[in-house]
Amino acid sequence: MLKSLTETPGISGAEEGIADLIRKYFSRYCEESYVDRFNNVVGIKKGSDSSGKIMFAAHIDQIGFIVRYIEDSGFLRLAPIGGHDPRVLPGQEMIVFGKKELKGIVGSVPPHLQKPGDTSKVTPLDELYVDTGLTPEDVRANISVGDNVLFDSVCSELKGDRLSSAAMDNRAGVLVLMETLKILEKVKHKWDVYMVGTVQEEVGTRGASIASYGIKPDLAVVVDVTFGDFPGIPENMTVKLGEGGSISHGANFHPGLTKKLRELAGEWDIPFQREMLPRPGGTDAYTVQISATGVPVVEMCIPLRYMHTTVETLSLKDVKRTARLLAIFVSEADVLFREVEQ
Amino acid sequence: MIRTLEKYSNAFGVSGHEKEIMEVIKAEIKDDVDETSVDFMGNLYARKYCGLKDAPNVMLVAHMDEVGLMVTGADASGMLNFLTVGGLDTRLLVSKRVVLGNEAVKGVVGAKPIHLQSRDEWQSPIPLSSLYIDIGASSKEEALKIVDAGTYGVFDTKFVSQEDVVMGKAFDDRAGCAVVSELLHTEEDESYPVNITAVFSVQEEVGLRGASILAERVSPDYVIAFEGTTAGDVPVKEDVSPSTEMRKGPAITFMDRTTIGFRVLRDHLTKTAGKYGIPFQYKRTVTGGTDIGVIHTKGGIPSIVISVPVRYIHSPKGILAAEDLKNTVKLAKKALMDFKEVL
Repeated sequence: MLKSLTETPGISGAEEGIADLIRKYFSRYCEESYVDRFNNVVGIKKGSDSSGKIMFAAHIDQIGFIVRYIEDSGFLRLAPIGGHDPRVLPGQEMIVFGKKELKGIVGSVPPHLQKPGDTSKVTPLDELYVDTGLTPEDVRANISVGDNVLFDSVCSELKGDRLSSAAMDNRAGVLVLMETLKILEKVKHKWDVYMVGTVQEEVGTRGASIASYGIKPDLAVVVDVTFGDFPGIPENMTVKLGEGGSISHGANFHPGLTKKLRELAGEWDIPFQREMLPRPGGTDAYTVQISATGVPVVEMCIPLRYMHTTVETLSLKDVKRTARLLAIFVSEADVLFREVEQ
Repeated sequence: MIRTLEKYSNAFGVSGHEKEIMEVIKAEIKDDVDETSVDFMGNLYARKYCGLKDAPNVMLVAHMDEVGLMVTGADASGMLNFLTVGGLDTRLLVSKRVVLGNEAVKGVVGAKPIHLQSRDEWQSPIPLSSLYIDIGASSKEEALKIVDAGTYGVFDTKFVSQEDVVMGKAFDDRAGCAVVSELLHTEEDESYPVNITAVFSVQEEVGLRGASILAERVSPDYVIAFEGTTAGDVPVKEDVSPSTEMRKGPAITFMDRTTIGFRVLRDHLTKTAGKYGIPFQYKRTVTGGTDIGVIHTKGGIPSIVISVPVRYIHSPKGILAAEDLKNTVKLAKKALMDFKEVL
């Protein structure tokens, strides 16, 4: 499922394709599902007494590019959508969403034609281009300025239940929502569960705001990805792959509910990690907390290596453990909510 | 011929580890040649005799090795360290999928997320010493059990066709291998007036090593090398004349770093192109070297290079035009059929 989730396109602002796919998955477990006019996708799973609403938010958009200029020779110049490292781009395989889908390559200069010192320089985005190999006439017939361009994502299975692909940020979070729904088929819960795949997170957490105003949940759970361990990054800035989802701490998150979530994990013996985020920002939690009259938020993140590259890597174990903990949280949401309110 | 190129491009064969691509080529050409053999270095020879008395021996050479990686060890967290094999710009390695060894273990070369980088960091390229291959292992022992030091790797690239071009890895020099394979195939009413020894050579990318023993082993009278060479018809900051251009036909080399194209052969090729209306171009840079650099000096053997223009050689994926590949075969085939004009 993660393979189809990561290989289906959904650049910020054009999430139709991925929203449709997720709606299909949601509708297997939900009584009701819909896609709103901004392409937020919502699945509603009714609780036993519908005495409250818990909303899950995981963003479905991914970073990418837009064609900003077409050279006379047919080469495409790009503008970024979302945060990109230009060093990731040379030699990368791309898909251009023109009148039809066309494959392309981000051009690079072969060593034979480089000048001394070239290899010590980073080529900035405005000097990079996409080559579809087509004649200039064919390019102009099929591609226009404003067309979307994405990494040609291929999901690789590594050893130890690890998977690698572009757009794991945040289809991993979407997978957590699916897995949670699956578990909730067998777990009693009083509250209605709103599973929301949000749009436009990478350009400013906008879809989550739209969804929260519409749903007005009593409580929200945000699921995203966070930085996995990698040589050269201080240990305190990352969490470890395979050691459980990470519970976020900071002003953005309801302290009482966050503590309850940790206690539940302890009670059920589900491994988890902790991440300290003193400053709000970076995920949908940022806008959900201050939507409408305000929403208490908890957040869990899947450890992800190489974020915003084409090889974002995670452990499926972390996804499963996170879903399990969050399903238990849902089943007790009504009680926990009352306890922290008092 | 495109299907042949597809098979060749997808096959594994880093310099020093060419067994897989060698077997693929051998299977592809076996019905078109009289005999094949392989030497201790791994060079593949295929002979096609014409049966004519005193016919000259023409050697066609294309190298089958490709640039790639070699695993050198692992760190405590199970990340593999590696070095490059052949001329590979380390800036191209970041954020790529790779496959390692005969077991085709999947791995990825990651990078620190942009969110955690300082401005200084992302303004300079990541050195090879800070790049790692992640195969999903969690410890040094586990990593090296799956992929031992010394294992070779290549980009995990799949060949695709799109309109009139194809994209794939290792077109330098699997394009040349595909051309030579096609030249070995003759129809019933066709035959060359020369004996042909086709050699698919090894270790070109690490210093023309395999080709160095060919002159003594084959004793050719003439040599034609086939290459996938740099196409430079892409945007550049300064206005320089491109090395070669896509869709402009086979590129004939008048000179590169290792050889001056033998004048008689060069004139024969251009005359043949004119006679049959086959487009051609000259390779207009004098950089790069080929196997004939180490062949033609062994006693003095007339040699020349014909190349298929390829954009982005030595990268995860190159592009070439199908018509250039076809015209390269056409030109070489006509030139060989009319070879008596050289003699």
